[in-house]
Parts: sequence; structure tokens; C-alpha cells
Amino acid sequence: MNRRVFGLPLTWGKLLVHLGLAAIVIVWTVPTLGLFVSSLRDKDQLITSGWWTALTASEQTAAGRLLGRDAEATDDGRYVLRGDVLEAEGRSIVAFGLDQTDLRAHAPGDTVDLGGLAFTLNEDGTYVATSDTPIPEDYRERVFYVEAIPPTFTLANYREVLASEGIDRAFINTFTVTIPATVIPILIAAFAAYAFAWMKFPGRQLFFAIVVGLLVVPLQMSLIPLLRMYNDIGAAFGVPSKTYLGIWLAHTAFGLPLAVYLLRNYIGGLPRDIIESAQLDGASHFDVFTRLVLPLSIPALASFAIFQFLWVWNDLLVALVFLGKGEDQIVLTSKLREMLGSRGDNWEILTSSAFVSILVPLMVFFALQRYFVRGLLAGSVKGG
Amino acid sequence: MAEVTLDHVYKRFGDVTAVQDFSLEIQDAEFMVFVGPSGCGKTTTLRMVAGLEEISDGTLRIGDRVVNDMPPKDRDIAMVFQNYALYPHMNVHQNMSFGLRLRKTPKADIERRVQEAADILQIGHLLERRPRELSGGQRQRVALGRAIVREPKVFLMDEPLSNLDAKLRVEMRASISKLHQRLGVTTIYVTHDQVEAMTMGTRIVVMKDGLIQQVDSPVKLYDEPVNKFVAGFIGSPAMNFMIGGVENGVLRSANFDIRPTDELAGKLQKHDGKKVYVGIRPENFGLKGYTSIPEQDNVVRARVEVVEPLGAETHIIASVGADQNVVARVDPHAPVAAGDDIELLVDPNFLHAFDLESEANLRFA
Repeated sequence: MNRRVFGLPLTWGKLLVHLGLAAIVIVWTVPTLGLFVSSLRDKDQLITSGWWTALTASEQTAAGRLLGRDAEATDDGRYVLRGDVLEAEGRSIVAFGLDQTDLRAHAPGDTVDLGGLAFTLNEDGTYVATSDTPIPEDYRERVFYVEAIPPTFTLANYREVLASEGIDRAFINTFTVTIPATVIPILIAAFAAYAFAWMKFPGRQLFFAIVVGLLVVPLQMSLIPLLRMYNDIGAAFGVPSKTYLGIWLAHTAFGLPLAVYLLRNYIGGLPRDIIESAQLDGASHFDVFTRLVLPLSIPALASFAIFQFLWVWNDLLVALVFLGKGEDQIVLTSKLREMLGSRGDNWEILTSSAFVSILVPLMVFFALQRYFVRGLLAGSVKGG
Repeated sequence: MAEVTLDHVYKRFGDVTAVQDFSLEIQDAEFMVFVGPSGCGKTTTLRMVAGLEEISDGTLRIGDRVVNDMPPKDRDIAMVFQNYALYPHMNVHQNMSFGLRLRKTPKADIERRVQEAADILQIGHLLERRPRELSGGQRQRVALGRAIVREPKVFLMDEPLSNLDAKLRVEMRASISKLHQRLGVTTIYVTHDQVEAMTMGTRIVVMKDGLIQQVDSPVKLYDEPVNKFVAGFIGSPAMNFMIGGVENGVLRSANFDIRPTDELAGKLQKHDGKKVYVGIRPENFGLKGYTSIPEQDNVVRARVEVVEPLGAETHIIASVGADQNVVARVDPHAPVAAGDDIELLVDPNFLHAFDLESEANLRFA
């Protein structure tokens, strides 16, 4: 297999794989990049041009007005009107025109006749209009121009969504849902997985088969029955229908089958000798679990934690069913959906809100990515 | 310190009986070796003593307590596993002190015992290392150390040397023997290697198909095997077996005539006219002029196939008749070459005869 393709130490098959991978990476990262760049742009620029032009200057049309009362006389007997059409630093004139329909008629620096005056608009926005006769007080003429705005990046959008749009509260609410909804199923599943793997009890195989079977139950099917059950039981204890406890329990229940399955396979793959050795050393099942199995299962626990965390973080359906939409309960996904309706035209708000919501999953992924692949292989490779 | 008594112990897996009617009394401080081919039930028996397998039938006593239903953690035994079974996330010190920490032994006590064990095994400089940073031999020492610090009543060792290379194995063999002499703890040692069994065991249990074949000291096992299996299993090169007829007290075939000692001849009387296995160990052959075996009528006529000089001795592989090979250990100076027809002298004092069907040693019939 030493054939080379285009001078590279690759076979055609490998080249295809690499190209395919590159394509997938691009397809997945480009939208994220676009979202990120858009969220940092000025809201006026965001509307007029795409995010890919963010690093080059954008063009914008505007109009300026010359007023006769600003005129002054000069020493050589001519009358001059001076001024600056651009208000902001860094901008420049690309072209100008005297008519709204033809903005690009003249290049900056050209001298044209504007209502009897010789008018010159410079690239930096300053203009000079001269006349041999006095300029009347009531002289007013409009000039239209295209200005180039240099790229500007700002955190103002984030400041706005976090401060005034309620995203900050939704962010905290999402954490309130996600963290217990990740920790609780791991705790339960780790115990269950150990029992399924290393404790002998009647019906062990059958119970495990049932757990695996639960993997294929669609969430949508059980959502409403579950809610009714929760409400009925809650009513008996005087618990209101929409609470954080409810969504924790719901996510725990939906996450457990996969958790038990993944962890059992991993824990069952731990060397039997080590566990027997610990038993002979005087360890009870609980000792074996806490001192051997837990520390040795960290890769599997971490990988499931990532799965569950991301799933709960991105969940909308369960949150809609089990949580209210008040400010104290609304989660990010739900909030985003709401803003899509109410602030659909304000791209700067939508993009920065969306980026706030994917920030945490991105951080989780990059921090724990080495467990990600290992977790996918958990149980399938010996000693993996 | 304790005796271990197995009384008519059985182990069944479904329809398969892995261990049958296993009865054995292991004395205090004895080094008992279980040996046999793979699948003979030796490891299963060990695991029953450890409590890792349930006992299907019979009773097991450690000291004077019946421990059939006692979980492993309460039996006060330590086991050394074939692949060491060290805890990968703990360093050597933590590995060794794990059992003591579980039992809430005082800190100072743990420290003292770990240091002592580390000194005995010369692993004091490794205490901070993780198992994956150790070589095979070092891991094995740590596994031994973990067993020693517990100061258990019984040591169980399940083929502890089989993952080591040949040289290390010989070294560790001596270390374990020394350790046993020093600590005087009852030890059960499982191996499939008869050399390990012979060199280490106070007594040896030879097993086959879940049944005990013979329990004896190494020398007795070698000199007085109760059946053909034990005779063939113990000793290297293995004992030679040839089929011959008993005719008027003489063992005879087309290729040999051997007159046994009077004692054996007496036992063979009932088999007169029948065929038996004749068993001769390689060193009980000799070549005329190069042996102390007296020149009598006891000869095996053979053709030399291969000559293997080892320096101190020479192994001759020779064919007897059409389809029978024998191995003889002879003086290295004997002038033999492949293709020679030779007469091998046989020492009748070490002659064995086995029943053709039961394969029992007819000396003890």
C-alpha cells in the first residue's frame, strides 16, 4: 500500500476518506462560524451584508444637506460653503450623485454643478462649494452618496440580550434543569450497571433485557401519560404541576436506559480478577463499587455525562411539557423559540441569543472530547 | 495459620461435573501444589477454597470453621492471580495496603507491614509507582506483597508464574519457596507445570478430569506413581510406555525381554499371558559399558532416530518396532549416531507395569 496519490502518501481510498471528512467538518463548522461572526457585528451592517463580508468594509447609502446660512466670504471675493457629510470616524465616500436614482454618478473629488455652485465632495467626507455670487441664506440642496463603513465588531448585542431580553435568566434556568438531570441518572445508572454486571440475582438477564428494550421506546409516546401521572401523584402531595422536580425526573427516566446499557457494558468489561481480588481483600460490594468500579469507569461516566448533558441542554419538547413559560422557568430553547416570533427581524438579538445557547455545549464538547470517542467505543473494545 | 480440609467436595456446572469427590487434608504451613493438564479442575478447586465459586456438594473447612457459605471477604485468605490483578488506578503502596485499609487497620500498623513486605520482596523503591509502570516480574512481586501484608491464614496462588519469561520464572520460583519457608503460611499453589510442582511442593495433588489421581510428596510421586497418567505427567522427559506380554514372569515383546524384580514378578502372576504397559523412565536405560546398570538379560532393541547431546547427558530418541518411540538419558560419551541399532539395558529396580484397561500401577495392585 505504498502507492502515492498526487505525491502524497495516500491511497485513493484514504484520500476519499480525508476529503469526505473535510467536507463534513466544513458543513458543520461554517454555520457555527457564521452565527458567531453575525452575533458580533453591528446591527446595521448585519442587515445590509452577509457575515462573510464582515472583514471588509460595507457600503451604505446616505444623504447630506448643504445649508446657505453656513456660507462665508473669502479674501479673493469668492463665496465658499464648507462642511463634512460624514459624522463617524473611519468612514469614507465611495461615490456621490445629485439624484437619488443615480448614487454613483460621480467619484469623490469630482467637481459638479449643484444648484449654481461648484461642488466638490472629497473621499474623507469634506466638501467645498464655491460661487462668485453670494450664496443666499435660504440655499439648501441635497447630495446623495455611498459611504464605506469599516468593519466593526461589538459586544453590544450580547450586552443587550443578557441585560434586557431575559436570556441571562433563561441561561440559569437551563443550568438548573441540566445539571441535576445529568447527575441523577448517572448516580442511579452506575449502581444499576454494577448490579447487572457483577451481582448475582435471579432474573438479572431478564431485567437487563427489559432495560435494553426500553431504549427503543419513543419519548413522544410516553410524554403525556407521564405528565398526567406526575400531576396526579403530585396533586396527592400538593406539588404543583410544573416544577423543576418534574423535569428532572422526566429527563432521568428518559436517560436511564441508555445510561444503564452503556455503563453495564463498560463495567462488565472490567477484568474479573481485579474485582475478585478486591473481594478476597475484604471488600463488600459497596467497597468494590466505590473504590474500584467508580474510579475505573470514569471514561464511561464522562462520556454518558456528555451525552445526557447535551441532550438535556438542547431539549425543547420535554421542557415545554414539564416546565412553565414564566420567567422563572423558561429554558433557553424555549426562550429562543419565543424570540423568533417576537423579535424575528432583529437578527443581532437572535444570533447572539443562539450563540449564548450553544456556548456551553461547545465548551463541554471541547473540554471532554477525548472521552467522547472513547465513550462511543465503551464496551465494544476490550480494555477500551 | 490454618489447616484446610476438603471433604467429598463436588463442583457441578449444569450437567458438567468439574470437580468430583475431592477429599484432601492440607496441614498447617504446608505448601500444597495442585497440578494437572488444563481443564482438570485444579483452578476450580482453588476458587472454591477462595469462595469465588460455590461448592455444589461436600464441606470445606479452614481451621475448624466450615466455610462453605462464607463470602470470600470473611475467609481471611489471600490470593495471587495469574495476571496479577493489581488495581490499575492505585500505586504499589495503595495496592498493598488496600485490604488493610478496608479492615481499618491502624495507620502505623499498615505502614510497618507494607514496609516489611516491600523489604522481603525488594520492591521498596517501587512503592509510589502505578502498576502499568512496572515490569511483569515487578507486578508479580507486588501481587505477592499484597497477599503477604494481609497476614492471612491461607495463601492461594493461581498459576502465578505462567505469565513470566523462563528465566524470571525460575527466579520467582525460588523466591516463593523462600517466602513460604520464612512465613510458614499454609499455601495452595495451582500450576500446570510439573517442574514447578516438583520443585516447590511439600505435597502434590495430581488431578485429571476433576478427579484426584494421587497425593504425595514429589519424590514419592516420581518413584511410585499410582497409575499411567501420573507416571507420564510427572518427570521430563516423560516415562516411556511400551506394550508387552507377561510370560512366566518375564515381560516380553518382539523388541524386548525384561525380567522384573521378584516383588513385581509376584504381582504380575495374575496377569500371566496378558498384555500390560511397561513403563521405564529415560534415566533407567543405559548403554553397555557406559552405565552402572548390571548387564543382565534385560534389553530393549531399538534403532537410534535422533541424538540430543546436552553436555551433562545425552538424550537418545529411538524407535522400538514400527510405531513406538522411546527416550533414553545416557552417558554423553557413549558412541551412538542416528541409524545405529542398539541394545538399551534396563534397570529392573525402577521398572513399572500398568494394567492395560485400568492403567493402574500393578506394583500396588
